[in-house]
This record gives sequence, C-alpha cells and structure tokens, in this order.
Amino acid sequence: MIHFVLLISRQGKVRLTKWYSPYTQKERSKVIRELSGMILNRGPKLCNFVEWRGLKAVYKRYASLYFCMCIDQEDNELEVLEIIHHYVEILDRYFGSVCELDLIFNFHKAYYILDELLIAGELQESSKKTVARLIAAQDSLVETAKEQASSISNIIAQATK
Amino acid sequence: MNPFSSGTRLRDMIRAIRACKTAAEERAVIRKECAAIRAAIDENDHDYRHRNLAKLMFIHMLGYPTHFGQMECLKLIASSGFPEKRIGYLGLMLLLDERQEVLMLVTNSLKQDLNHSNQYIVGLALCALGNICSAEMARDLAPEVERLLQFRDPNIRKKAALCSIRIIRKVPDLAENFVNPAASLLKEKHHGVMITGVQLCTELCKHSPEALEYFRKKSTEAIVKTLKDLVNSPYAPEYDIAGITDPFLHIRMLKFLRVLGQGDADASDCMNDILAQVATKTESNKNAGNAILYECVETIMSIEDSGGLRVLAINILGRFLSNRDNNIRYVALNMLMKAITVDGQAVQRHRTTILECVKDSDASIRKRALELVYLLVNESNVKPLTKELIEYLEVADQEFKGDLTAKICSIVAKYSPEKIWYIDQMLKVLSEAGNFVKDEVWHALIVVISNASDLHGYTVRALYRAFQISSEQESLVRVAVWCIGEYGDMLVNNIGMLDIEDPIVVTEADAVDIVDTAIKRHDSDLTTKAMAMIALLKLSSRFPSCSERINHLIAQYKGSLVLELQQRSIEFNSIIASHQNMKSVLVERMPVLDEATFIGKRAGNIPASLSTSNGAAISLPNGVSKSAAPLVDLLDLSSEDVPVPSSSGSDFIQDLLGLDLAAAPEQPGSNFAPKSGTDVLLDLLSIGTTPPVQNTASATDILSNQEKSPTSQLDGLSSLSPLSASKFPAAVSAPTIDLLGGLAPNVASADENGSVHPSIVAYESGSLRITFDFSKTAGSPQTTLIHATFKNLSPNIYSNFIFQAAVPKFLQLHLDPASGSTLPGSGNGSITQKLRVTNNQHGKKHLVMRLRIAYKVDDKDILEEGQVSNFPRNL
Repeated sequence: MIHFVLLISRQGKVRLTKWYSPYTQKERSKVIRELSGMILNRGPKLCNFVEWRGLKAVYKRYASLYFCMCIDQEDNELEVLEIIHHYVEILDRYFGSVCELDLIFNFHKAYYILDELLIAGELQESSKKTVARLIAAQDSLVETAKEQASSISNIIAQATK
Repeated sequence: MNPFSSGTRLRDMIRAIRACKTAAEERAVIRKECAAIRAAIDENDHDYRHRNLAKLMFIHMLGYPTHFGQMECLKLIASSGFPEKRIGYLGLMLLLDERQEVLMLVTNSLKQDLNHSNQYIVGLALCALGNICSAEMARDLAPEVERLLQFRDPNIRKKAALCSIRIIRKVPDLAENFVNPAASLLKEKHHGVMITGVQLCTELCKHSPEALEYFRKKSTEAIVKTLKDLVNSPYAPEYDIAGITDPFLHIRMLKFLRVLGQGDADASDCMNDILAQVATKTESNKNAGNAILYECVETIMSIEDSGGLRVLAINILGRFLSNRDNNIRYVALNMLMKAITVDGQAVQRHRTTILECVKDSDASIRKRALELVYLLVNESNVKPLTKELIEYLEVADQEFKGDLTAKICSIVAKYSPEKIWYIDQMLKVLSEAGNFVKDEVWHALIVVISNASDLHGYTVRALYRAFQISSEQESLVRVAVWCIGEYGDMLVNNIGMLDIEDPIVVTEADAVDIVDTAIKRHDSDLTTKAMAMIALLKLSSRFPSCSERINHLIAQYKGSLVLELQQRSIEFNSIIASHQNMKSVLVERMPVLDEATFIGKRAGNIPASLSTSNGAAISLPNGVSKSAAPLVDLLDLSSEDVPVPSSSGSDFIQDLLGLDLAAAPEQPGSNFAPKSGTDVLLDLLSIGTTPPVQNTASATDILSNQEKSPTSQLDGLSSLSPLSASKFPAAVSAPTIDLLGGLAPNVASADENGSVHPSIVAYESGSLRITFDFSKTAGSPQTTLIHATFKNLSPNIYSNFIFQAAVPKFLQLHLDPASGSTLPGSGNGSITQKLRVTNNQHGKKHLVMRLRIAYKVDDKDILEEGQVSNFPRNL
C-alpha cells in the first residue's frame, strides 16, 4: 500500500502531503525533512527509488516539483511510478498544463483529485477521463450552490433595503 | 460578499505568505491570520467557515499548529450543503488522524452521509472513512460500507471496496462479512470496480484463510479469463498507456493470482498459460510494460513450480539487468534476491553483472547489489568475489564503506577456506577501511591469529608493512600493536618465514618505533594507547637492547591525565625497575585464545544477526575451526574442556572471564607486611580496599568503548591491565605462593559451579565479607540463583545475624532461610543463604542490589549497609 504522498518543491517547500498510515505531527515533519533531504540531493540520472526505514520512497521530478510516494518493500516500484505519472496527467488535464503555482493556489483541488485516485493507499481509478468527469461534476455542484447562495443573499439584501 | 468581514481571501493570504522574505515575517503573517480565524471561530461565524478552514489547511501544510480548527471540520461536515461538506471532509482528513479522540464525534455524521441521497456526498464520506477511520469507527460503520458495495453507481462501489480494505486492516474479524460482496465485484466490467474489487479480494485472502480457499475455488478461472481478455483486448483509448490497456488492472490481477497460486498446485497450473502469455507478449520498451513484466516475474517465482516458466522469468530478469535504465536494473536486483532461493544456479550466471552494479554510481543500486552479492557467495566463489569487493573498497565512497566493510568481513569470516587467506583479506580490509571495522571483527581476527601458531611470524611482518602505509586506520593499529607486542621477536628475527614472503630487515628499534608512533599519535584513542602500553611492556623484555628507551617511553605517561594510562605507566615502570627477575615470565606470550569459546560467546550473544536471510547456521569466524561443536559445549566453560595452552599453564579462561585470581588474597593477618610503596606484587594483585573484581570491571568499562561487545574475553585482552595478572599464579616465586594459598578454595568453587558467571565479592568491610556465587536454572535465563556466603573477618562472634536485600522494580527477589544466625570469628566458619533473582528486563538491564546486614557483637547491635553493582553483566 502507499503510506503517504508528498509533493515537494525543488527548494524543499511542501506543496501537498497525504497520509494513509498514522503518523503523528512530529513524525510527519521528521519524515518530510529526512526524505526531502535524501531525494533533493540525488542526481538526475539515478534510479527513482530510495530505501528508507524499511520502506521505499518512489519519486519523480516534474519541472520544479518532486512527486513522492512511499510504499512497502514488496510493492511494485515501477507501477507506483506509473501512478505518479497518472496523477500528474490528470492534474495537467484539469488545470491545463499545470504548474507549481496552480498547485499552491488551488491546493485543495489537488487534494480532491488525489482523493478520486487513491483511497486507503490503494489505487481507485485507472481512467483519467472518469476522474476528470467526477471532479467536474462535483465542481459544478459547488458552483450551483454558490450561485443559489448569492442569489438568495441578493434577494434578502434587496428586501431589507 | 459581506463588506464588513475582516478576513482576507484565501488567495490573498497565500500571496501574503509567499511575499514574506524571512521566516519571522512569515510567522507574523500566520499569527495574524490564525488570530483572525480563532476570532471567527469564537463568533461562530457561518459565512466564512469554509474559507477559514481552507486557510487553516494551508497553514497546516506549512507546519504550524492548527488543532483549534478541528471542531470547525466537524461543524462543516454536519452542515447540509455539498460545498461545506466537501471542504469539511478534506479538512478532517488533513488536520486529524485516526488516533485523535475528536474523530469519534464524526461517526454519526459519517453514518448519515453514507445514507445520503446525493451520491457525491456518499462518495465524500466513503473517502474520508477509507483514509482515516479508526478501529472503532470501522466496527460501527462496516454494515453501511458493506451495503454500499452493491450501490447502483459504480463509482460508489469502487470507493466502498477500498473503504472495506481499510476496515479489514483495522478489524480483521470483519473479513468474512465482505467475502460474498467482494466476489460479486469481480464479475463487473467497469475497470474502477474491477481494480478495487481485485484489491479487496487480495486483502481478504491475506487476513482470512477461508476467504483464500473460497476465492481459489471460485475465482481463479474467472480471473485468468478476465486477464486473458484484458491482454487480448483491442485498443481502448480511455485506459491505454503506452499501447497497453490498463496496466494497473494487469498488475493487480497478477498480484491476486500470485496470492491464489502460492502453495496450491491446481490453481498454479490453471494460470500457467496466461502467465506465459503475459511474460512473452508484453512490450518492454516502456515503463508500463516493464511494470507488468516485473509483477509477472514475481508471480511466476511465487507460485508452485513450473520449470519452463521460471526459465522465462529468469531470462526476463537477465534482460532487465542489462538494461540501461537504472530503475529497471534496480528492480531486477530486487527480484533476483527473491529468485536466489528458487534457482540459485541461474542467478549465479549473472554474477559479473551484479558485481558491476556494486560499483554503480547510484546508492540505491549499490545497496541492492551488495545485499545480493552477499547472498551469492559460497565456498567456491568466495576468493574471486572477495578480491573484487576489496579492490572496490579502495575507491568506494566514504558513506558506502561502512556497509561494504561489514559485508566483506562477514563474507570472509563465513567462507574463508584457510587461515592465511583469512588473515590476508582481513589485513587488506583493515588497511583500507580499518576505521569502519567493528570491534568484534578485529577481536575475532586476534583470536584467529593467536591460534595460527605457524603464521605468527608471517602475520606480524605483514602487519608491520601495513602499518607503514596505513597508520591512520585505528583498528589496524590496534591489531598491529597487539601482534608486535606478542610476536615482536619473530618480526625482528624473521622467524617462521613462509616461502611467499620477501624477507624484511626490521631492527628492534624499528619495532619499538611502531608502538611509539601508535601511542603518540594524537588521534589514537584510549584503547589503542592502553594496548600500546602493554606492547611496550612486553617488548621491554623481548628486546633488552631497547629496554632503556621503552622505560623512558612508559615513564612519560606517569603524569598522564588519563587515569588508566597513568596507572599503567606507573605500574609498568615499577615492574621494569624493581622486578627484573620475574619480568620475563610476567610478560610471556598470551596463551592461545580459545576459538570455540569465542565463537560460542559470539553466537550466544548475537544469534539473530548471524542467521542471515539465507538461513545460514551460526557462522564460524574462520575456515579452520569448522568443527560443528554444539553450542552447549561451546558455552560450557568447565575447566576440563579447556586445552592447556601454554607452559605457564594458568587457567586463562578464568582470567578471560574476569574470574580474577586476585579475588581472595586480602588477608588482614597476612605475614606479608608490604614494604611501603615498593611492593608491586601487591599492587599487581591490587590488594587494596576495593574488591579486585570491581577494579577489573571498571577498567574494562573504561577501555572497551564497545557497548555490546560480545567478548568479555577480549575485553580482558584489550584491557590487559595489570589487575588481571594473567600469568601470575604460575609465575610467582615461592614466597608469593603462600600468599596465594588463601585463594585456592575460592577458585575451586568457581570451577565447581561450572557456570559461565564468575563469583563476586558482593560486599566487604573490615569485619565482614559476602561472596556471591551464581548459577542459572536451565530454561529460564531471567532467573539467577545466588549462593551467598558470609564470612566474619573480625575475631568476635556475631550473633542474631540477619541478612536483608532489596532490588529495584524490574527484579524479583526471593530469599531462602539462612543456614544459621551465628557467625564464628576470624573467618572460621560461614553462613550461607540462597537468593533467587528474576530479571524481568533480562538482556536490557543488569542486576543491582542493596544489602543490609544486622548482627550483634558483645550485645551491641551493629548495622551495615552496602550496594552491589558489580554483578556479572549478563545476569
């Protein structure tokens, strides 16, 4: 299973963290510190796996961002690379050639997409299209709710004038 | 938007934080935001709750405390709208984890949402439950999730399936409820449902043997068929990755087949064809294809034997290994580790390639390859492999040298065909990476050297040469100094020359130079310096021509600030000055160290680390003493087993065990009135007020900076302090024997009890001495039987003698009644009493005990108290 997902910028700033195994707040920051130290220092041609405390961190760099997923010893590392790529492609499709700033200002969207892709540290959906469709449907639910709210508040605002 | 709202928008806050130039500025911004959010929480502000929570999540991601926002999540989840719930559940998953009590409060909301009419809200609840539910929540909500496995929308079914995985992990008892609904998921066509259904079934099989049996019977064929359809399916753009339809589903199914086929010939048989098809037909030019092949190979290796398939699998690994992509090579090495148990021969074929990988520039690959090489070594290939590894050691990175050295030492110790080879390889390792060598490794080397009597000359000359080149390697220096001290005469006179050696000319002064360098080098640590000191003492008798210089060298440390060095210096100096007549006997060569004992101790102390993954038996530290003596024998130290090693004939085992022969000699009425300050013999025996054993123990502590040294024997070695007086009993001249007469019974009793633990003087005052003898009952290592003997050293009779003892909480103490309550004077009789101590922290903590002794002398009550902290360490 995937124990956690980290997005770390080239400068070591955390852009997203998702924990599927219980880690306390203290452990979380320690994990991030240790792993980002190991991953950011690795050269570009080296393999994408780092062994760490009996687990394996699989990472891949996309522009200025490192996507990292931590898995069990016996899991398939190559597949996890493919999952990371899958996620990036969905993000790319959603934001339209995604960049780091998109993920900073819309971090919650990145989480929503991740939640459509993974649950309990396991893969949920192998179709990018399905994920995009589900996210779009939920976004439109939010939009309609907002419109309703604003129209009602308009009505009230006008009524109280 | 409310114009009176004081809060900034999320986007503005993120901008403000990003604009900060220093950490202090950032903290100030965050502090301000947090204060505003807290205020909003206090006012119970509805309108901006979701925005505030979003801000908190961002702040949380930056690593600031956000616990005060936890209740806000619950409120948002409890509200009715989808947008509020969506952000509420996200906050819940981010800010809380399964161990927080607050989480319990959300159970009810979750239950309602799982039954909500809006399927997206059901989806949110399932996602939250699947990511952070605790065992209690799992129990409470399992029926809801089980029901949702049959929900009309496939997107809910797939979420419910993964949620069930979490529930089963938390509460394995619930597994059986999920077997039937899971089986029906396997029949679906929707990829999301299939992929999650397969994962759920795999998980169920892990937790319940019944489920495994069920799926084996009912689903094996169906899965094989689905996989076949998938492999042969036409181009499907929605699921296509690099020309393969849904590699994720491929992989999950192969994994499930592995679980089904493991240990079941019929099921394995059933899947042979499709595995062969996947292994041969999958394109391997893209990562997705390689991921499938990798999974397929693992399945082939795990299921019941089918020769043809395994050949196919090993060939795929061979191809992987020669791939230029580092990722592929890494997984190949990883898989070869598993393959080695299945087909060692086939893996051996790739030895040269694997060896190349040890030298790779990528640390992850190096580490994998080294592990693999370690498993590949056997008697026939140990020589070339070790040669390669040692050559590589010269150029390896500093951070890799530690691992590499440990593995080389372990290989050399385990498979060495002959002693000379072992010694040669160890010397190479010591000169290359002596600073990375663990203490027990060079201890073992000394034991082997000491046993190889025909190689003493060769070894000491080789060490002499090595020292000239690599004097910065601490453990090389120690071994060299020890050997020069012991076999210095062989070095100088070229004794025991082997044919392969070039003769060298070393003068006595050269040999002393070496020890001189070792002791003066400022980065030598205390152990090295102390060992060098002893070497000097030994050389002073071997090289009479240099004794003046040596004496001078030793005397330099008389003022050393390090107690140990100062003490040695002063004591050795007086041996040289005043006891020329017996010096040569005193510093005779160390008796041969008993290999069997050493191995036994090592094996007994670190059994886990020695039985490595390939299940090797206890490793013997060198190739020669491969007599597989049973462990019990090795540990049994009764004196009959001990080969009488040298002419001095002293029972060295006792020395080595710290069974200090000097334990008893304090005789207050001794007619051996010491001439003040000059009588070194008494010093040597440490007839002081402190019990000698304690002295030895503390000396060992100071010297052996290795905490868990398996060899107290060698602690004794490196701390060959004068206190242990190793040759003493045999060496002393006639009058001294009288002195030693008093200790004979003591030694004998130690022999008789045959235990590995030496007796100790637990307490000693001017009037009373208490000795403890130890024994262990078979089968209960925590329990120690202590046989306490009380002796009255004063001329008066003690009556109403009562002995009491107290121990800390991790110990349990049981006292048997004493043999009497009257203790005759002048050591003419004794009282004995048995104690039984159980150490609940055996192996972690050592025994300690407080004593209180009450008795009457001439109608006067006397109370004595003391603490015993010199118990042997491993009780």
